[in-house]
Amino acid sequence: MGRLRWQTVSVESIEPLGRRAKVVHLRAPDWPGHLPGQHVDVRLTASDGYQAQRSYSVASAPHELRLSLAVECVAGGEVSPYLTTEVRPGDVFELRGPIGGYFVWDAAPGGLLFMCAGGSGVAPFMAVLEHRERVARGLPTTLLYSARSPEDAMFAARVDALARDDPALDVVWTYTREAPQAWKGYARRIDAAILRETAPPPDDRLLIYVCGPTSFVEGIATTLVELGYGPSSIRTERFGPSAE
Amino acid sequence: MRRTERARTAVRLTAPRSTVSNHSRPISRGFQGRRTDPEDRHRVPPGQYVTRDFPVLSAGPTPHVSLVEWTFSMRVGDRPLGKWNWAEFQDLTQTRAAVDIHCVTKWSKLDTVWEGVTIDALLKAAGLDAAPTPYALAHSDGGYSTNVPTKDLAGKAMIATRFADAPLSAAHGGPARLLVPHLYFWKSAKWVRSIEFITADRPGFWESLGYHIYGDPWHEQRYSGD
Repeated sequence: MGRLRWQTVSVESIEPLGRRAKVVHLRAPDWPGHLPGQHVDVRLTASDGYQAQRSYSVASAPHELRLSLAVECVAGGEVSPYLTTEVRPGDVFELRGPIGGYFVWDAAPGGLLFMCAGGSGVAPFMAVLEHRERVARGLPTTLLYSARSPEDAMFAARVDALARDDPALDVVWTYTREAPQAWKGYARRIDAAILRETAPPPDDRLLIYVCGPTSFVEGIATTLVELGYGPSSIRTERFGPSAE
Repeated sequence: MRRTERARTAVRLTAPRSTVSNHSRPISRGFQGRRTDPEDRHRVPPGQYVTRDFPVLSAGPTPHVSLVEWTFSMRVGDRPLGKWNWAEFQDLTQTRAAVDIHCVTKWSKLDTVWEGVTIDALLKAAGLDAAPTPYALAHSDGGYSTNVPTKDLAGKAMIATRFADAPLSAAHGGPARLLVPHLYFWKSAKWVRSIEFITADRPGFWESLGYHIYGDPWHEQRYSGD
């Protein structure tokens, strides 16, 4: 693998994502391409030359022309408040990647896919779902997505549209703080009972991805192992507390 | 008899001053940033920021191993050099170290306090004056491994079992993790169970997945080719 070089990208547009996040769409003409699940390093430079770096998940799929980053605003953070409140179309910053060779999904081996997202942890799974839609429609896939409320859910309309179009894609929501009126689905943190009801049974062909805040990932990964899923079939990506 | 020594095992390096002109760098309009405290600046490698949290990052589920089953061993090829169970490990000379740690995901944490057994003490307990080969591979529960030159272990590294005056938690690598504080923190392998001394360098888990073979934070060796 060659050296990952810093490249200058420009902001094409910004869209709100739930209540506390934005998706930043970038023009990245020198982008070498990525696999779903990979992330990038962003480097901002202040006018006096001071620089700060952080990592963000790529939410766009490999075939999409623009590179999209999902950024959740972390109170007291340094880079995420800039990217979620200050940045405007036409602004420029540096980026390098793609980074990460483990928390990635490749359609080629087939099998079964179970993804568990907490909050903004859904970002890498959007890249997976868009890529799957293009190259692996019909692959048995479940996304279990825990959000505080429907207003906090990210990419909800797109996720539901993808699921409507493909009966092999099952999306299960749980709302941990506020559920809609007359909601009949889950309204609690993901626990052993929810996992037992939503995850496909242990299977050699099953790949499991868990992404979200540390306590979310720790709890779910440990519970999955207790339920009999092989530790080596479970890939995790943890955010924070200060991984803003 | 347990002995506790006070030692500062980490060599504190001075940050190399950037010689690259900022004129070529695009300015991010409106970005102010949060500067590192001037007192700490020489302790924070390029591209890092200081955090008081202790984030958890690992590739898979946290292994939970009972202290009754836990052992730590060292070997060269197939030849065992030494093996200790938990009680025997606690009887080895315990060293305390206050060090700064630097994660490749950009956070640095200053003045972290660890206790454990230095690699030097382990080699001595195995009857060796020095590491038998130029490189080492640390192996962990969960299949994780990482490579470190043995010159970076001598006088600089330990197998740590305590953090901040308490037993090291499983999420942070307990019961025992390798601590090589002067390299990026993925080199400080969690859940470490053995060290294999090897003649030729061999990439470990993250090193096979695009991360730097050596990982010096002061030279920002994050990824392959940096």
